[in-house]
Amino acid sequence: MSDRPPLPNPIRPAFAPGEHEGTSIVNIGPSHPATHGTVQIVAELSGERILRADVHCGYLHRGFEKECESHTWHNLIPYVDRLNYCSALINDFAYCDAVERLMGIEITPRCRYLRTLLAEYSRVADHLTCNAAMLMELGAMTAFLYLVMLRDYIYEHLAAVTGARVTYSFGRIGGLANDLPDGWLERLEWILGQYDEFVGRVHGLVDRNRIFIDRLRDVGVLTTADAIDWGYTGPVLRSTGVPRDLRKDTPYLAYAELDFEVPVGIKGDNYDRYYVRMCEMDESVHMIRQLAGLLPPGPISVDDRRCTLPPKHLVYTEIESLINHFKLIIDGPQVPAGEIYSAHEGANGELGFYIVSTGGGVPYKVHCRAPSFAHVGGIHRLLEGYQLADLVPTFGSVNMIGGECDR
Amino acid sequence: MAGGVHDRIVARWGAEVLEATMAHGLLGLVVEPARIADVARSLKCDFGFDLLLDITAVDWPERTPRFDVVYHFYSTTDFVRVRLKTQVPADAPVVDSLAALYNAARFPERECHEMYGIGFRGNHDLRPILLYEGFVGHPLRKDYPKHREQPLVPYLK
Amino acid sequence: MNSVPKHERSPSPLEYLTTKKDEFVGWARKFSLFPYPFVTACCAMEFMAVSSTPYDTDRFGAALPRFSPRQSDLLMVVGTINHKQAPVLRRVYEQMCEPKWVIAFGACATSGGFYQNYAALAGIDKIIPVDLYIPGCPPRPEMVIDGIMKLQDRIARDRHPIFTEKF
Repeated sequence: MSDRPPLPNPIRPAFAPGEHEGTSIVNIGPSHPATHGTVQIVAELSGERILRADVHCGYLHRGFEKECESHTWHNLIPYVDRLNYCSALINDFAYCDAVERLMGIEITPRCRYLRTLLAEYSRVADHLTCNAAMLMELGAMTAFLYLVMLRDYIYEHLAAVTGARVTYSFGRIGGLANDLPDGWLERLEWILGQYDEFVGRVHGLVDRNRIFIDRLRDVGVLTTADAIDWGYTGPVLRSTGVPRDLRKDTPYLAYAELDFEVPVGIKGDNYDRYYVRMCEMDESVHMIRQLAGLLPPGPISVDDRRCTLPPKHLVYTEIESLINHFKLIIDGPQVPAGEIYSAHEGANGELGFYIVSTGGGVPYKVHCRAPSFAHVGGIHRLLEGYQLADLVPTFGSVNMIGGECDR
Repeated sequence: MAGGVHDRIVARWGAEVLEATMAHGLLGLVVEPARIADVARSLKCDFGFDLLLDITAVDWPERTPRFDVVYHFYSTTDFVRVRLKTQVPADAPVVDSLAALYNAARFPERECHEMYGIGFRGNHDLRPILLYEGFVGHPLRKDYPKHREQPLVPYLK
Repeated sequence: MNSVPKHERSPSPLEYLTTKKDEFVGWARKFSLFPYPFVTACCAMEFMAVSSTPYDTDRFGAALPRFSPRQSDLLMVVGTINHKQAPVLRRVYEQMCEPKWVIAFGACATSGGFYQNYAALAGIDKIIPVDLYIPGCPPRPEMVIDGIMKLQDRIARDRHPIFTEKF
């Protein structure tokens, strides 16, 4: 053991021991349950209080951008899925929307409503995961089990339409992979009923619980000015009191036709972030119920041979469709030269895709503006000055998703 | 409303920037590297673009200047976006840092630095953020081969 | 597993007892696995699903995670490991005490998945020995349970020397 060379340290901390009197430096992570396994926090502690925190991410950097440069526009959809893997459909649709806008393609009405429904469904799954993880880290195992049970219903239900539970690769440029199976909407109604019951129980366990209020209230406080200065968007920004939501401010997909509210917090502390997410889930469920009634019949993918694969019976009988299919798979859909930045409201905030095309079927650059990356940039402001034990709920309430942060 | 802000920006800066184009709902400005900080400060203080979304770069190896450094801003009051682009050459890829104006610039500038090698004057913390200490090279440049791994731990067998 | 070093060979009348001892210790170890969930990426969602109702690893005795390598015996590497995380994984593996087993959970831990580039480690078996590979991106919870049961069979059939030359 001792004759092997020591393992190298992959990071260089910003501060060294001994700079201040009576402080100690503690390394938290990256293999740590509270930091979701991919963030390292080097904290300078005075007793139990964090004086300075140096946050290091990058432990899940998987080379998303570089991979995208060697795959066709369609083939990279699985990579896009795995960015925010808790709500993978939102990533799919945001990317497909960016490429469709660059190509000048208008998706069908049914696809528009269905994408909105599935995006909200994914958002519910993401907020369930975030709150379940945060509550479990505080000790509420029952709340975790309730919320994950509900999330499991959602996963199985999405597997019925997409074929996968967690990372779906369901979006296609110009539409979706396939339409809903029979009976899907009835099961949806049942699951939303279960949602009301389970989330009602979690509210009963947590909302007015003395322990949770003591641990979450006035911890990790963020002001609106600070939040915007550090690049926060999404539920964290809304918890500070401003109703900034891309679904309301710059509506896309079918959001302009839906009736929903944007919940905001009061103080910008952990309790507000938890409660804003719970209220957002309620709003999402309300939107899903509206959308289930609004779905128009019609085709799922736009009938445009630049991006949509021709129907199989034509591929097997007509030479033009065969060649079209072959070209779309091998060369990829030809996207005209240009660049676009297009953003959707992801579960964590503004999820943007900056795409550069030089014509051709392979992108020149696909850059993801990840909300989690911006949040980790400013998270030391939420940690400094609080106790070491407050790091756990603060980090959990910011919902840093490693795949999105490190791409 | 959206058109109003974009028009005012073009009216103020149109003559001093290299290019100002509207595409896909976004105003794109191309400026000289030396004027980045001025334009960004004007966007923040005069036009209300309080949220810096992202900083990234694009590598055009056959072109001189080689790199495009791209900034995206958002206004939380007018709900519009602006893209700011500047071009830096391969032998001196340095721009002024926006970290003093927007704290949201710190992490994206670190990422740009390690991925493309772009220097940010004024940002004193350009340690690797997504890569690790000891990584040689800038992986998102077009001449860095995708498969070149630099393992930190020696492999078994 | 079948060849026994000479200094550990026991005289034949006692072999019945050592076999029974191995069976008993194997049974005890397989039903009290303390996993160290080295969780990084998307497979974490399925890990959370398999640990809770209705897939429940508690039925197999493998429910209680121990987030200290000193207290755990099953290292479950869940998700992509990249070169930045590799020294951390190696250190955690070295800090665990014998007997220990390693599960590569998911395609990325098994072989790097579809991330074949400068950043991702192409499979954790390049840096630590792996006992069980569970493929899938991410694997369904039923596959994970199947994998855990296969590992339990292996632990049950294994030799469990209490005194070895190192101890």
